[in-house]
Amino acid sequence: MDRIMNSENKYWLDDPRNVNKIVYALYAICALLVGADLVYHKHIHFTYENEAYNFEDWFGFFGFFGFVACVGLVLAARLLRIVLKREEDYYDQ
Amino acid sequence: MINSLPPGMILIVGALIVPLLRGRSQQAALLLLPTLSALHLVLFLPEGTSIGLELFSYELTPIHIDRLSLVWGYIFHIAAFVSALYALHVKDSVQHVSALVYAGAAIGAVFAGDLITLFVYWELTAVSSVFLIWATRSERSYRAGMRYLIIQVGSGVILLSGILFHLSDPESLRQVSTSTGKPLISLAFDRPFHEFLGATSAGSFLGLNSLGTVLIFIAFGIKAAFPLLHNWLSDAYPEATPTGTVFLSAFTTKLAIYALARGFPGTEILIYIGAAMTAFPIFYAVIENDLRRVLAYSLNNQLGFMVVGVGIGTSLSINGTASHAFAHILYKALLFMSMGAVLYRTGTIKGSELGGLYKSMPWTAGFCIVGAASISAFPLFSGFVTKSLILTAAAQEHHIVVWLVLLFASAGVFHHSGIKIPYFAFFAHDSGKRVKEAPLNMLIAMAIAAALCILIGILPGPLYSILPYQDVVVEHVTIKILDHSVYTTTHVITQLQLLLWSALAFTVLNRWKIGGAAIYPPELPSINLDTDWVYRKPLPATVAWLYRTGVQIRAAVVRVMMAQLNQELSWVQKQCGPSGPLGGSWTTGGMVIWVAILLVAYLFLYYL
Repeated sequence: MDRIMNSENKYWLDDPRNVNKIVYALYAICALLVGADLVYHKHIHFTYENEAYNFEDWFGFFGFFGFVACVGLVLAARLLRIVLKREEDYYDQ
Repeated sequence: MINSLPPGMILIVGALIVPLLRGRSQQAALLLLPTLSALHLVLFLPEGTSIGLELFSYELTPIHIDRLSLVWGYIFHIAAFVSALYALHVKDSVQHVSALVYAGAAIGAVFAGDLITLFVYWELTAVSSVFLIWATRSERSYRAGMRYLIIQVGSGVILLSGILFHLSDPESLRQVSTSTGKPLISLAFDRPFHEFLGATSAGSFLGLNSLGTVLIFIAFGIKAAFPLLHNWLSDAYPEATPTGTVFLSAFTTKLAIYALARGFPGTEILIYIGAAMTAFPIFYAVIENDLRRVLAYSLNNQLGFMVVGVGIGTSLSINGTASHAFAHILYKALLFMSMGAVLYRTGTIKGSELGGLYKSMPWTAGFCIVGAASISAFPLFSGFVTKSLILTAAAQEHHIVVWLVLLFASAGVFHHSGIKIPYFAFFAHDSGKRVKEAPLNMLIAMAIAAALCILIGILPGPLYSILPYQDVVVEHVTIKILDHSVYTTTHVITQLQLLLWSALAFTVLNRWKIGGAAIYPPELPSINLDTDWVYRKPLPATVAWLYRTGVQIRAAVVRVMMAQLNQELSWVQKQCGPSGPLGGSWTTGGMVIWVAILLVAYLFLYYL
């Protein structure tokens, strides 16, 4: 039994500290990617006369857009669940 | 003879031999038939082949091969082979036969040159595929299969009525037979493909210009799972067998996308329909517990991108739709294969009961992640090199709102398909389930699909070279599609920003807690109402109510009528009964008096 427990425990991801490492790595990569916006010329699709409107050129636009989109998506889905969620056997009743 | 055999016929006819075979020979046949069919297509039916036949005064074109249909023809063969390999261990001949006929019918349909031929294959895909759902052999799958069949066959019926209305306007369809010089009515899908390049002249494809073509459009729309016509997809696909869903995911909906690309390129309403399709299924996907149903919703979302591409209708966007359909079939099949393997081994596919499976199914987990990266359009994976053609085309045509919706949907699909699927099945909290790795044939099938996903992502050239338009307009300049590179610094970095910040949102919402519970909606044993609710709850309830009310009204009417009848009967009884004035026996004298009275009355009237 002990041996089985040991073999079960050897997984690297079982240690919460390692999970934290991955999460911190993700934070770092996200920061780096947004930081990268400072060092290259962005080739954009939508251009306006007033360059301030060139939203694709805004610093970190795609990152923030993705973040806000996903948070909005999840919050909206939580609200939807209030309306739409039913028991699993709902249709069998 | 062999070069007038319609593509797909080898699969349809070959399927009939499969139940006669057993064991190894059956397995060999399952792999051999798609291979033979693919060889037949490649070797004997070159691009430009068009074989017509005259039936009464109609010209049918059972085989019509051009660059558009070939893209679908190739990928349908690959999908048929990989799915057959995935299903190789199954001992149920019904599933094998229906899968092969289904694949053959879908292949036949994309090479159909006229609407009548298309209709025949259209219905055959519906009837053959339902057995993959019924093969689960449960009450639940039986009912889901029935609903699926009614909707699919219904789509065919609408298609047929559309064709009939279309026929009632024969002037546009009349043409002279090429062989006999007789006037014939042609129901050609469109003029040969190169003629509608640019697609500006009206009438060169179906378009939304008469009742007939509107009906045809709706029929295509049902199979393409347009918003509000979509529910059959998320209702039925997750009820099929683990292997059956893989077949289902490849053919029906992509056939509909092909039909739209063939008949309705540049139809503007498709842009908005497609944009809605990309966005709204992802809300469902986030809260859905059945992981195969999550995939069905994301399948619906991916179809949206293709529909937008058809709606834009430029050479770049049609290429985008064709290549995205190609890549999509592979990664979607891969995702359904990995979830099918989980269902096969653990007996459940509910997110609330799974987790930690990477320990016992590491290969399946790895393949699933490749599929997830591909659907999310990570650089170096297939979705990246295909979806961006559609987004670029949308931006070039200045559809800014649509472009933003597509960007939102791209982030969303990563969120629910890219992260949620692998996370809740293979990681998350350990469910304690310890199972065997998937069977070898499943693993090989997944490996092939995964390899193709990566190969397309790294080397898009071969896929681009089979696309319908080799010359595309990018930023007002005509270039070769092969020279169009999606791996620009801007594109790679912006895409990575979009995806990784979406992952960040997932992480943050999962780790931050409000009142002890994560903000991210947990996987709960539950279902969510979708539009199928309308015909599964209120509609049957209304019908039942109408029936009950009808029965009550009938009873009330019968009661009133019986009371009336009884009243009248008792009056008759009174008049005609033994004691009544009519029923009693009269004396002879009385009768003589009455006769005399009548005679007097008669005389009186006569003299008047």
